[in-house]
Amino acid sequence: MKFVDEFRAPELIAKAGEEIRRLAAANRHYRIMEVCGGHTHAIYRFGLKDLLPENVELIHGPGCPVCVLPMGRIDDGLSLAAQENFIFAAFGDMMRVPGTHGSPLEYKARGMDVRIVYSPADALKLARNNPEKHVMFFAIGFETTAPSTALTLMRAKAEGLKNFSVFCNHIVITPALRAIIDAPDMVLDGFVGPGHVSTVIGCQPYQWIAEEAGKPVVVSGFEPLDILQSIVMLLRQLNAGEARVENQYKRVVAWEGNPAAIRAMDEVFELRSEFEWRGLGFIPQSAYQLRSSYAQWDAEQRFTVPGVRVTDPKAAQCGEVLRGVLKPAQCRLFGRECTPEQPVGALMVSSEGSCAAHYNYGHLKPITISSAAAAR
Amino acid sequence: MCLAIPGKIIEIDPLNTTQALVDVVGVRRRVDLGLLQDAPPVAGDWVLIHVGFAMSKISEADAADQMRTLKMLGEVAAAMEEVRGYGLENDFPDPSPQKWTH
Repeated sequence: MKFVDEFRAPELIAKAGEEIRRLAAANRHYRIMEVCGGHTHAIYRFGLKDLLPENVELIHGPGCPVCVLPMGRIDDGLSLAAQENFIFAAFGDMMRVPGTHGSPLEYKARGMDVRIVYSPADALKLARNNPEKHVMFFAIGFETTAPSTALTLMRAKAEGLKNFSVFCNHIVITPALRAIIDAPDMVLDGFVGPGHVSTVIGCQPYQWIAEEAGKPVVVSGFEPLDILQSIVMLLRQLNAGEARVENQYKRVVAWEGNPAAIRAMDEVFELRSEFEWRGLGFIPQSAYQLRSSYAQWDAEQRFTVPGVRVTDPKAAQCGEVLRGVLKPAQCRLFGRECTPEQPVGALMVSSEGSCAAHYNYGHLKPITISSAAAAR
Repeated sequence: MCLAIPGKIIEIDPLNTTQALVDVVGVRRRVDLGLLQDAPPVAGDWVLIHVGFAMSKISEADAADQMRTLKMLGEVAAAMEEVRGYGLENDFPDPSPQKWTH
């Protein structure tokens, strides 16, 4: 509770907690997935689990783009960095993520020109300022960052800038949700929808989850009160036997999203036939690639990319954790072979991954081999 | 990368109205308004910024809420590092980053 006490409207937070306990029917178990890694971080940071009754369980979703990026993509991107007069630019979040032969930071230490940028626009500027070099932006992120990459590529094309390209790893959230919902061991009752992705795509793309899968979705803000209110809204729907898409985060998220951002993505990107996600495997139409009209700025078309595949270690149970079948600490590697310092599985890679959040915020309870085995 | 950072538009570049000088807790950097061109913001508006691009207009109260959320999440330092990084450090040398560079 100590984090919550520092927060806005603690009396409202306490009330929302009471309302959740009142709504949670004693004979029912509610499994709710928060899709976004930012929500996962907030839930752990604010200790929101302590406010929930035992039969309201939060399952942490696939919404951390660093976590779900296959190691082979990092290897492929870095394989290009050894070329003469080549600058590999990426967000700071990528710098410590291990590839087979090291992280981008380790490549930098070996003498490759690896740069941190905070915006794709800055990668473009590096290209303008270094006309004798090629600048490749290693792009990651969901629909939150994809429009910025798209607009940057539109600017590069308008300028006719030839020494710039994008190695595109942008992914799309709803196909991953479909993969989770369609899994035979699906246990989820409803979803806390991502806040910032929804500022771009709006609420309509979740409609099928309510209509086809019969599961409610509430798009949520990031404050403790937002998340608790979203859980209240989900429990009300579940108790009434309803499944609708609701928007708790109306102050930022418009139902139709940001049409200009959607247009920019549509101009530049098309869906790949499939893309691999760490922990979830290959998911159809779950990532973007550049359209042929942007081939000149597509690093994968412009250069020879080895197409490295690194399969997830079999012992890591990331998929089960992502689908909510296992809790992070129930994975056979959690906290032993797999830690944030030496991540084996996807969910330990970034602080927004559910296993890293669970590990970092001291919820680590000693588990024995037998309890882990019993959980399987 | 996944941070949503609130900022106030100080000035819009008269020569390129998709570019603005934005203040984030006293740090001023160039931010791209190209994704808000359906209803272009004006000086004095507050926006939520993702990786150097304004993604939505918000109220001043929401901006304060978002800043407090970042503080509670322990992410203010990361957000400020990100904002300082926009423009590769040399675009608006602090403390008086007033000039547009083209």
